[in-house]
Amino acid sequence: MADLRVVVVGAGPAGIRAAQTFVEAGLRPIVIDEGNASGGQIYRRQPAQFRRSYETLYGFEAKTAKAIHDTFDRLVGQVDYRPETLAWNIYDGAVHTMRDGVAHKIPFDALVLATGATDRLLPIKGWTLPGCYSMGAAQIALKAQACAIGRQVVFLGTGPLLYLVSYQYAKAGADVAAVLDTSALSGQIHALGLMTSRPGLLAKGLYYRAQLLARGVPVHNGVTPVEIEGTDQVEAVRFRTRSGAERRVACDAVGMGFHLRSETQLADLARCAFVFDEDLAQWRPETDSDGRASVKGIYLAGDGARVLGADAAEKSGRLAALAALQDLGLPVAVRRMDVLRREQQRMEQFRRGLARAFPWPAELARAVADDVLVCRCEAITAGELRSTATLKGAPELNRAKALSRVGMGRCQGRYCGSAAAEILADVRGERVEAVGRLRGQAPVKPLPLSAVRGAAS
Amino acid sequence: MENASADNAADVIIVGGGLMGASAAFFLRKRGRSVILLERGLIGQQASGTNFGNVRRQGRYLTQLPLAHRSREIWSRLPELIGEDCEFVPSGHLRVCFTQEQAGRLENYAHDAKAYGLELEILSANALRSRFPYVGHEAIAGSYAPLDGHANPRLTAPAFGRAARREGASVEENAEVLSIGKVGEDFHVETRDRGTFRAPTILVTSGAWAGAMSSRFGEPVPLVARGPQMGVTEPLPYRIAPVLGVSSPLDLETVYLRQVTRGNIVFGGGNRGPVDLEACRAYVDPENTLNQMPQLRRLLPGIAAVRIIRVWSGVESYLPDDLPIMGPSEKVSGLFYAFGFCGAGFQVGPAVGDVMAELIDTGRTSLPIDAYRIGRFAQQKAA
Repeated sequence: MADLRVVVVGAGPAGIRAAQTFVEAGLRPIVIDEGNASGGQIYRRQPAQFRRSYETLYGFEAKTAKAIHDTFDRLVGQVDYRPETLAWNIYDGAVHTMRDGVAHKIPFDALVLATGATDRLLPIKGWTLPGCYSMGAAQIALKAQACAIGRQVVFLGTGPLLYLVSYQYAKAGADVAAVLDTSALSGQIHALGLMTSRPGLLAKGLYYRAQLLARGVPVHNGVTPVEIEGTDQVEAVRFRTRSGAERRVACDAVGMGFHLRSETQLADLARCAFVFDEDLAQWRPETDSDGRASVKGIYLAGDGARVLGADAAEKSGRLAALAALQDLGLPVAVRRMDVLRREQQRMEQFRRGLARAFPWPAELARAVADDVLVCRCEAITAGELRSTATLKGAPELNRAKALSRVGMGRCQGRYCGSAAAEILADVRGERVEAVGRLRGQAPVKPLPLSAVRGAAS
Repeated sequence: MENASADNAADVIIVGGGLMGASAAFFLRKRGRSVILLERGLIGQQASGTNFGNVRRQGRYLTQLPLAHRSREIWSRLPELIGEDCEFVPSGHLRVCFTQEQAGRLENYAHDAKAYGLELEILSANALRSRFPYVGHEAIAGSYAPLDGHANPRLTAPAFGRAARREGASVEENAEVLSIGKVGEDFHVETRDRGTFRAPTILVTSGAWAGAMSSRFGEPVPLVARGPQMGVTEPLPYRIAPVLGVSSPLDLETVYLRQVTRGNIVFGGGNRGPVDLEACRAYVDPENTLNQMPQLRRLLPGIAAVRIIRVWSGVESYLPDDLPIMGPSEKVSGLFYAFGFCGAGFQVGPAVGDVMAELIDTGRTSLPIDAYRIGRFAQQKAA
């Protein structure tokens, strides 16, 4: 049994619970973490010399964050933890990693991918100006470095993070110039019915909103972003209110994000099957109720499988590890799996509620003006993508990429993929799923050509 | 078999819409022949769209140089012929080597190629340093082809496909061929979901998938499908004009690279990777990427400071003598082949279409293609 190689990619709530579950079964998992310390994005730890309290850092989540950190700290010696390590490919039953220019190949019997999620972005005129950040980046600056992205910040987009990050900024003393939500308040109220399965989360959302209003932060729902203005740097955001009036808010930084997208590149490289998720209007790896992917030996957990948030991620991490143990022929408590599975299913309804409350504004992506950059890495405008699709013919996204370069750069379409799909579907008069999805290609993140092979591990 | 309607009939049906098929369709239309091009997926998705993009004559078998010359002339005329240049830049091609023995081979090749009309410049180590200072110091000699260069494979076959369509060819994408049968004088080509097509002449240009088709006509060939191991770096200021390649008897050392004018360095070489013919996919073995790194650093030490942003592969096909199959079937009249270009088809592609069109149209070719007879493998077996 000690010979079994189990590997976990990611050390956020899902990855940590998966690793813990393997240790409890007597295994010694390898945990690969891109971060420099466990915790993931949500429970990101501050640098060693920083002294903020858990309450300051994590607010309502302080207890959970501490529990997660403590759990992983107690696993020291029982897991082979590899921080600052990029899992850049999965091939032929092995994970390929790169750390500090040294490459390793890690064969596995079971692999849990707990790769999390990133902001789903949308091109807006001016979004490439210095001073524009993703919502996640804005939060990392605050959490890790106690820095704000600007002196006067507009948060623009939609999703629960919009209110959380805005609140965290306001609470930390930053000047939040406005919170601009593309989703209508009425939709959020209608979706409440679906979200009652997790009343705590719902209450927190309402609390953040109330706190922002109480601090005099303007919160606008149902907005249409027009332009992020500036010459060398962000100077203002122009938008239309729900009633159509145009407004301008001066600022020197913008945090943007339209809910989240799962990080699915590794599952794709492992050749897992994908399905189109109608609720989120995005593709995700196919899993069974326990997290088994279509490829034997591969399991998915956390927001990298479905965007359900941190609490659900912990449960799905445990469940995926239990499923792996079961498939490896080790004894598992079947009743425990039943309980976790039922809890996960309840989360599903909440996930649909979130998707309905904060819908992906596909129509904004489809309406992006021709002169706006869609693909930042390759500097491809919406107009170039449209004319390629029209003049050269691109029935699906990979063809559009081959002919126009959209999604071909270092981000591999993580920034532009969602919008590019909408634009292409719009040109073709089709639903977004009809144009498919960008195929993942290694490496997941750029790989130094100075790399050398490490000793066999 | 159902009767094909007039729309589904033509003088020539081409099976396989890579660069060979698309350029053949274009040149057949230029000769006034009606053409139907059947492609299972989209034009130029496989080897044609995923290769390195070398527009290279030096290093080819000497007997292939007439074909390469004809192609080089077409590459220059792409804008007038098909309306776009496919990012072709005749920026030179430099091969370097690490041993005296290999330097001797480069010199002999340059000498012999002259008789075939290819002028190469042999460079000493000092000349390499002064003219191409970015090349690694392990390189002791080089062979420079000033008029070779590179182009964008993703754009080229689709551009020929669109040009063929503008010239009147019927270019059918998503038309997978299920069977080809001969009924009287005509071939009947049955496709999945797209009906049956009919023509007295068939040209098979289906690359790695052509072997199964030639087998059905009683002409099996030892065709092996492999995937080139490609990659590209982040963009850098444009400094490296020529394509750089290593000349070596060892596969592992044989890497090559080119910088595109927008700055990225595209590279490939070394061992090839596996192919899944059913899924129409080829894969990059991560071990191959790691093996390429030290070899690329030998060729271009400065590349160590750069990062790879993407790798890819594609389905190529190889024959044991490293030569393609081009010409008429030796068993079935009206049937022609052009496939198995052994990883070196991109440069010659436009001329392959031109020559196959000439052969189908006139019954002869103005340059020799005898070395590429499909029957050469049958003879081997008999012997």
